[in-house]
Amino acid sequence: MKTIKTIKTMKTIKKMKTIKLLAILFISALTFTACSEDDHDDHDDHDHENEVITTVNYTLTDGSDEVTLTFIDLDGEGGEEGEITISGPLSANTTYTGTIELLNATEDPAEDITEEIMEEDDEHEFFYTSTVAGLAITKTDVDGNDNPLGIETSVTTGEAGSGSISIVLKHEPTKPNNGSAEDAGGSTDIEVTFNVTVQ
Amino acid sequence: MQKIFFLCIAIFYSHIHIAAQNCNLNFKGKIADFHDNTSIIGASIRIINLNKYTSTDLEGFFEFNDLCKGKIVLEIQHIACETKIITINLKNNLFKEILLEHHLEELNEVVVKTNTKTATTSIEQTIKEDVIEKYTDQSLGDALKTISGVSSLSTGSTIVKPMIHGLHSSRLLIINNNVRMFDQEWGDEHAPNFDLNSSNRIDVIKGANTLKYGNDAIGGLILIRGKKYASKDSIFGKSSVSFNSNGLGGNVNTEIVKTYTSGYFGKFQTSYKQFGDFKTPNYFLTNTGMQNLNASFRFGYNSFEKGFEAYYSFVNNNFGILQLSHIGNVNDLVQAINRSEPRNIKNFSYKIENPKQTILHHLGKIEAYKRFKGLGKLTVQYDFQINRRKEFDLGRGNRENTPVIDLRLFTTSLQPNLHIDFLPNFKFDVGFLGRFQQNNAVAGTRSRPLIPDYEKIDAAIYTTGNYNIDETTEINAGIRYDFTSINANKTYLLANWKKYNFDQLFPEFEGEVDNTRIDTHPKFRFHSVSASFSFSKQWENDLTFLIHYGLGNRVPNPSEFFSDGVHHSNARFEIGFLNIKREIANKFNISLERNNENFGFSISPYYKRINGFIQLIPTGITTTIKGAFPVWEYDQVDAEIFGIDIDINKKINNQFDYLGNISLIQGDNLTEDIPLIHMPGTNFSNRIVYTNEKWNQLTISLQNRTVLRQNQYPDYNFFTFNPSTQQDVFVDISTPPPAYSLFDFGASTIFKTFNKGNLKLEFNIENILNVNYRENLNRFRFYADELGRNFNIKIKIDY
Repeated sequence: MKTIKTIKTMKTIKKMKTIKLLAILFISALTFTACSEDDHDDHDDHDHENEVITTVNYTLTDGSDEVTLTFIDLDGEGGEEGEITISGPLSANTTYTGTIELLNATEDPAEDITEEIMEEDDEHEFFYTSTVAGLAITKTDVDGNDNPLGIETSVTTGEAGSGSISIVLKHEPTKPNNGSAEDAGGSTDIEVTFNVTVQ
Repeated sequence: MQKIFFLCIAIFYSHIHIAAQNCNLNFKGKIADFHDNTSIIGASIRIINLNKYTSTDLEGFFEFNDLCKGKIVLEIQHIACETKIITINLKNNLFKEILLEHHLEELNEVVVKTNTKTATTSIEQTIKEDVIEKYTDQSLGDALKTISGVSSLSTGSTIVKPMIHGLHSSRLLIINNNVRMFDQEWGDEHAPNFDLNSSNRIDVIKGANTLKYGNDAIGGLILIRGKKYASKDSIFGKSSVSFNSNGLGGNVNTEIVKTYTSGYFGKFQTSYKQFGDFKTPNYFLTNTGMQNLNASFRFGYNSFEKGFEAYYSFVNNNFGILQLSHIGNVNDLVQAINRSEPRNIKNFSYKIENPKQTILHHLGKIEAYKRFKGLGKLTVQYDFQINRRKEFDLGRGNRENTPVIDLRLFTTSLQPNLHIDFLPNFKFDVGFLGRFQQNNAVAGTRSRPLIPDYEKIDAAIYTTGNYNIDETTEINAGIRYDFTSINANKTYLLANWKKYNFDQLFPEFEGEVDNTRIDTHPKFRFHSVSASFSFSKQWENDLTFLIHYGLGNRVPNPSEFFSDGVHHSNARFEIGFLNIKREIANKFNISLERNNENFGFSISPYYKRINGFIQLIPTGITTTIKGAFPVWEYDQVDAEIFGIDIDINKKINNQFDYLGNISLIQGDNLTEDIPLIHMPGTNFSNRIVYTNEKWNQLTISLQNRTVLRQNQYPDYNFFTFNPSTQQDVFVDISTPPPAYSLFDFGASTIFKTFNKGNLKLEFNIENILNVNYRENLNRFRFYADELGRNFNIKIKIDY
């Protein structure tokens, strides 16, 4: 009889064990789920594209006169198309000093991306091309390895005419290169085109 | 009080009997089937401790005479039943009914039978443990490619998604240990987060009743299963190590299993994989290394009447993404396409830099079952999954460590299922599913999340039935109802919201407007009914004919609804639409199969008609500050996909076997009367295997696999303006690369090392001829060639 009793108790223990085990597993599963909640963010402030470049300002000065070429796309990729503004025509047979400025205007105050490019100047290069007859753009600055960079430029105009100026910024291009964006490769960070007139 | 009284009597009674050592007891019994109580004829019954034998008569009765009082241990055996051992304390003449169990395959360690299908009426193919071991250092997608009709959509060489009949991602169900995997499977470059080493068997189900698992297996279902372990006291395991010359890496895997006579069992498995940069025949693919750590743990109790199992698996993937594939705009893409060899080729490195993906996947479940006499088996399963995906891109400065995509997907479900099997020829399942899913677009990324925060609830009820018309004919049918509810919170650019006409279509979703952005709260409800019907007929000479029809429904996935932004790794602008409807598919599969070692085959044609087929196609370009981006939009068309898979095996002589397969497929966009995008090309493989059992089970195989050029493709090419050269440039993103043919060699041998242990050595060469080729379904085909020759060594020890 004793054996029957023992068997019974053993069975109960076994059952208890199983139930307990299941309970432990279940709880641990829940804890696990709960634990990983810590990577859960509760604040739902939606991300701003803080690497986005919203603004390109290309400023040309000849000491007295200043012409700015601006491309602004405040909502970034997609959404509204970018807006191009050209403050006025360039003068014929003039040499301008050109400076480029890139901004992220989604931040307040606007973040200056040009500074970041200067910090990693060996990984970046600007490329300028123009279809205006007689207009030449040369890069006047260099990176840490004495290769062209293109934040600072010199622009010389010829006779009156019209056409376009394109600005391309390459990230991780081959440096040095033959001066063309094609040869430099890398990935494009900026590619904008302005229609200009020289008079 | 009464109890104690009876106890006393019982004790008194037993004492008397001990005194009068009685040896003329009679023990009678009846053996019956657990499920339907029918008598089992010819079962053998042995009293182990007395070594007495008998067997049941035509009514299932048996009898032992002249037994002494005391403990007897009975062993009851019958063909196709699990052997049962019971202990009886014999005190009086006794009559006992003993129930036997007819479902051997459910409890035993893989039973080797000719028909090991998941269901008789299923059109499926299986990869077994030896093939899984062969692919130990590769991915699920690579291993499944050995099956006809299965191809893969890949991103580089490590991110490989399986594709059945040209369909992938949300249209394929991956069931891992009975848990449907939810690991953000919607993305083209999101490979299943699953370690091949944690499984023992994988079934690819092309046409069968899969309603138990879901209503949206339009492409098919991949069933990953563990083993059932026998209830005996044992400890065993295996360890393997592999090394590859291409990528200079490999895999270490070990697993250990402990089983007990009581029915308890436990298994622990872990593996680690690492590769450096892979190499094409001519150059290294910079930043294509990977690192992967996995562990899985199983623990449970199995008996015929009841049992439980707990399973947990952890996968941590770290994939480097080919650096060349990071491009800024369309002109960069054109340059990449036009270059025959990528630029900036660097030397070999194990470093994984940006761009990269890091993914963590937890999967856990608890399952318990109980059988009820004369009814069936009730199973209840609870499971949960957490998938955390981070994608990093090339960036300036300290942003390298900030992901551009950071998503956390949590899924949990409860699934009770009742399998009713007491009727002799009719078995059916009734079940319910409740599932909750939450996606969290974790803040702190550098971009607007591509997939927003959402909560999704699924509820489903299904019933499936299987009827044996006669010994060789079987029909299977099922019906399922699904309810899905999605509540999302997404911020759109106001301009896009208006451009897509959502302000007209969904004014009820609109929330606050903040400058250029609008908060929206899209809500969707779906009701759908799915059905399945299968028929199978078997003939004497191992010949089987199967037919399957399935009606499936697929609710659009979050990327089809909500995508709206640049997918950086692709340099394309992807747009999903809130007005996308669910997909409805009608599938027909037929299969004629001969399961024979000397000459076997399976010929399986199929036809799928999908209404509202959701596809992602290029539709034009958008201009940004970075220049032009290709725009890819999700749209819906009516589509048909049809084709045929043929497999043949033939024994040439005692030592040589031939294995071959061919898959032909065509996909049509019926709405526009053009071919469907991203359909696999015709492919076939031929393999000759030499085996010699005497020489340590030496196996040598030579395989050729050929993929023909896909000539049926839609033309989505376009022109773009290149401001640097002032020219319009042709962007050829549609023309598929040429056909290719690869040769692989494999050799393996097994040594008996010690008592129970085996040592298996394996040597393989992939792409023997070091062929340069590009695969149409590799998303990186624009940038670089596929992998060159690889030598592979594997050592495995079973103990």
